[in-house]
Amino acid sequence: MAQVTLRRLVKEYEGGVQAVKGIDLEIADHEFVVLVGPSGCGKSTTLRMIAGLEDITGGEISIGGTVVNDIPPRDRDIAMVFQNYALYPHMTVFDNMAFGLTLRKFRKDEIQRRVMEAARILDITQLLDRKPKALSGGQRQRVAMGRAIVRDPKVFLFDEPLSNLDAKLRVQMRTEIKKVHQTVRTTTVYVTHDQVEAMTLADRVVVMNGGIIEQVGPPQELYHRPATRFVAGFIGSPAMNFIPARIEPASGALNLRLPGDILLPIPAERSDRYRAQGGREVLFGIRPEHLTETRQGRATYADLEVVPEVIEPMGMETLVHFHMDGTRDLCARLDPTIPAAPGQPLRLTADLANMHLLDPQSGRVL
Amino acid sequence: MASDATIAHAAPVIAPRATPPTTLQKMARRRSTIAFLLTLPLLAVIGGLVAWPAAYAIYLSTLNRRMTAFIGLENYAILLENDTFRMVIWQSCFFAITAVILKALIGFWLAHMLHHIPSKGQRVWRGMLLVPWVIPPALSTLGWWWMFEPSYSSINWLLAIFSVPPVPWLGEMWWARISVIIVNVWYGAPFFMIMYLAALKSVPDQLYEAADIDGATGWQRLRYVTLPMMRNIISITVLFSLIVTFANYDIVRVLTNGGPRDLTHVFASYAFQVGVLSGNIPRGAAVSLFMFPLLAVIAFFVLRGINERTKEIGA
Amino acid sequence: MSATAAPRAGHGLFHKAGSLRAERRWALWSAYVSLVIAAIVMLAPPFYMLITALKTSAEIADLNGNPWIVRDPTLENFAAILGNEMFRGFFWNSILVTLLVVVVTMLISIPAAFALSRMRFWGSQWLATGVFLTYLVPDTLLFIPLYQIVGGLGLLNSIWGLVLVYPTLTVPFCTWIMIGYFASIPKELDEAALIDGAGWLQMLWRIFIPVALPGIIAATIFAFTVSWAAFVYPTAFITRPDEMPLTIGVVSQLIRGDTFAWGQLMAGALLAALPPVVVYAFLMDYYVAGLTAGATKG
Ligand SMILES: Nc1ncnc2c1ncn2[C@@H]1O[C@H](COP(=O)(O)OP(=O)(O)O)[C@@H](O)[C@H]1O
Ligand SMILES: [Mg+2]
Repeated sequence: MAQVTLRRLVKEYEGGVQAVKGIDLEIADHEFVVLVGPSGCGKSTTLRMIAGLEDITGGEISIGGTVVNDIPPRDRDIAMVFQNYALYPHMTVFDNMAFGLTLRKFRKDEIQRRVMEAARILDITQLLDRKPKALSGGQRQRVAMGRAIVRDPKVFLFDEPLSNLDAKLRVQMRTEIKKVHQTVRTTTVYVTHDQVEAMTLADRVVVMNGGIIEQVGPPQELYHRPATRFVAGFIGSPAMNFIPARIEPASGALNLRLPGDILLPIPAERSDRYRAQGGREVLFGIRPEHLTETRQGRATYADLEVVPEVIEPMGMETLVHFHMDGTRDLCARLDPTIPAAPGQPLRLTADLANMHLLDPQSGRVL
Repeated sequence: MASDATIAHAAPVIAPRATPPTTLQKMARRRSTIAFLLTLPLLAVIGGLVAWPAAYAIYLSTLNRRMTAFIGLENYAILLENDTFRMVIWQSCFFAITAVILKALIGFWLAHMLHHIPSKGQRVWRGMLLVPWVIPPALSTLGWWWMFEPSYSSINWLLAIFSVPPVPWLGEMWWARISVIIVNVWYGAPFFMIMYLAALKSVPDQLYEAADIDGATGWQRLRYVTLPMMRNIISITVLFSLIVTFANYDIVRVLTNGGPRDLTHVFASYAFQVGVLSGNIPRGAAVSLFMFPLLAVIAFFVLRGINERTKEIGA
Repeated sequence: MSATAAPRAGHGLFHKAGSLRAERRWALWSAYVSLVIAAIVMLAPPFYMLITALKTSAEIADLNGNPWIVRDPTLENFAAILGNEMFRGFFWNSILVTLLVVVVTMLISIPAAFALSRMRFWGSQWLATGVFLTYLVPDTLLFIPLYQIVGGLGLLNSIWGLVLVYPTLTVPFCTWIMIGYFASIPKELDEAALIDGAGWLQMLWRIFIPVALPGIIAATIFAFTVSWAAFVYPTAFITRPDEMPLTIGVVSQLIRGDTFAWGQLMAGALLAALPPVVVYAFLMDYYVAGLTAGATKG
């Protein structure tokens, strides 16, 4: 097992597309790191460079302390699980899992032992004689993981392994993958575009956008302390609301002026941070879960009145969509017992302890 | 783990240079070497048995009959002056175009009919209709020859039932030409049918359902859904068949052998007669080379069609 | 349900309930009528060949009565032709040439198609196009120079000359459709194999060949039928009966003098056509897949 290090990693495809624009990343031994970002941001490219399936244009990758830039995939001691599983259709499950070991000239009994062990971990022992065609999506997924596990490699690489599964199975396999990782403890790099998957699986999440890394951190940190507007908007569902606003000094305190002449008092514990920014135009970011029905009695809460346009009852909560001057669709998360109807004015309370103020130009969180 | 054996595997095949290349470069070079070795036999076939003979044919066609002297384009000039050869050009074009049009129409019709019966039965019908394509044409043409045979003609016997006077199938110029076309259409129409059927099956049902909902009549569906979706396959098949038909030899050789009085010769059979049977190799080469410009033009369009189709599929 | 359905619509039935079914039924009937007529025409020649082969010489020569039926079926024509040593020689030559050519074709096409579809290298795009163009070059364009070349090698009048030149008929198309089949194998499969530690040849042998087996069967059938039916080259290169394959043998050697032994000729032609027909009967789906692959794949 091993740590993985990317240094100034660059990938330029023929035709000049720079898919990865010089990223740095340290992945510790045993760590489960998830690369997440919108489609086309360079996640797969990064992963495939680690696997050795793509040439590296610039920079360096090392696995377990050895620079692997020039080492072919089979000698990097990695295993990969693909989105479409890439099971060999003409081989049984057993042979699929054993293939890598056979090619590496392992002894028969050792192969047998490893495959049985992996099959036990993944609970596919009874499927070993089947061909991939006779398996369900979830079972294929397990076999693909089994093929990785038997090799006992230094690093597991996953490229959107759950994207071909239906929603329910995806949740189930997510747990399964986490369990397997807790058992085998192999360093893992996992690529997904689904932030929920990223948050639930990762020790650390790497948010990528347009070929660069926006932020790296444990899930909770990304959620509570996003560094950029992109991360703030990408992590969390429904996404964070962004409202143009201005910081206005008012007799020793600071106010936030929103469109429609709404004035929100910035809580005292946050004021110090923004003292120097008085009079500045900012983006006020607040998550739907921090924009809820009015509750009295908390200092950091502030009220605003809105007119709901669409109401989405979700069962455990109700989403209310509305907008303000100069904003896109905004969303608030209400207790389902609160009566709300489209067109009927509604008072909402913003939990300003959890607000974020961003620079509208650079997108940095202030 | 397991690395020793596999690293030995990746050992360089090319001796290291002054600046040792990286492993990946070595791999790339190794890949090229393997790829080259894998394609070498193919290159040998294409180069040695197609490209080289083609070039050699051009050279041959500039020699005199005994292949002792270079005479430039004289063989071509002589041929163009020759009435029989002019007739061959005309007959080849007439034969190929008529036959291909008929094959295309019949094939399209049959494919349509086949596509409309319940899919359970399609296999059996398809199986029967494809039989002419499966029998080696030289042998099935023997059967036709026997059916056309003047004194015993079984076709004339059938026509007689409808009081049609006996037809001198292979004895008179036009009838002989028609006979050759009939046999060629019989042999080739199933191929068109199979190609069109495959194309028809590749049109998604939803398109027809959408057209139905939009109120299209049967004819409109053919005109606005089926034909545009099949346009590419139709043109590839027609062009391809044009080449094969234009260069056909078997049927003419067995059915008429160019007769009566050399009036049904096409390029191939005439080249054979001149080059092999009469022993004038250079002039025979010149005859078959006359096919080349036309084939090249058709090949160009086929290639374009295939490329377009590849793009469509890729898109 | 195509243009044929149109006249029905004009009958005023169009708006009534059940008109759709009537329309469908009409279309179905017209389809079946067309197919029956087509099947009769398509099967008439082989049927008539069979009828003739089952007749005695006397019955063939008898100009009275319906030639399409056999009154007195006999197998004597088949017995005679099978007893003909020359004919058996043709058969043997055809088998030998065809088997060799099929093997050679596969040995050339499969590795080349693999390299062209998966191992991008300098000029591979051009070569793939070249393969297709070669496929479009008809044998009748090349037989004269090949006649000279084969003659120069001393292989005229020898089945080895045929084994040498038949690959020009089979290799381009087989390579072309194998490129198509290989290209349809997902890229991830070779990447998985690469990571599993396979080299290129292992990848070809252990992944591509087994996975593309249907394509290989289709290509094999194609190579088989084309070699078996080849006519131009043997006609040009072979004049000695004992080296002739079936096609030219039957056409040139069984037609003798003015009085043809029609019964035997037809029996011989039918027997000669039997192997491709049998292959077709048992492997029809592969056969059709191979036929259509040229234009629908790749
Ligand atoms: N083989 C390729 N050739 C050229 N461009 C590519 C290739 N593969 C990916 N790209 C481009 O690189 C960018 C990143 O792709 P990728 O890493 O696959 O994104 P994702 O984050 O969705 O996995 C995209 O803009 C994509 O279009
Ligand atoms: Mg991706």
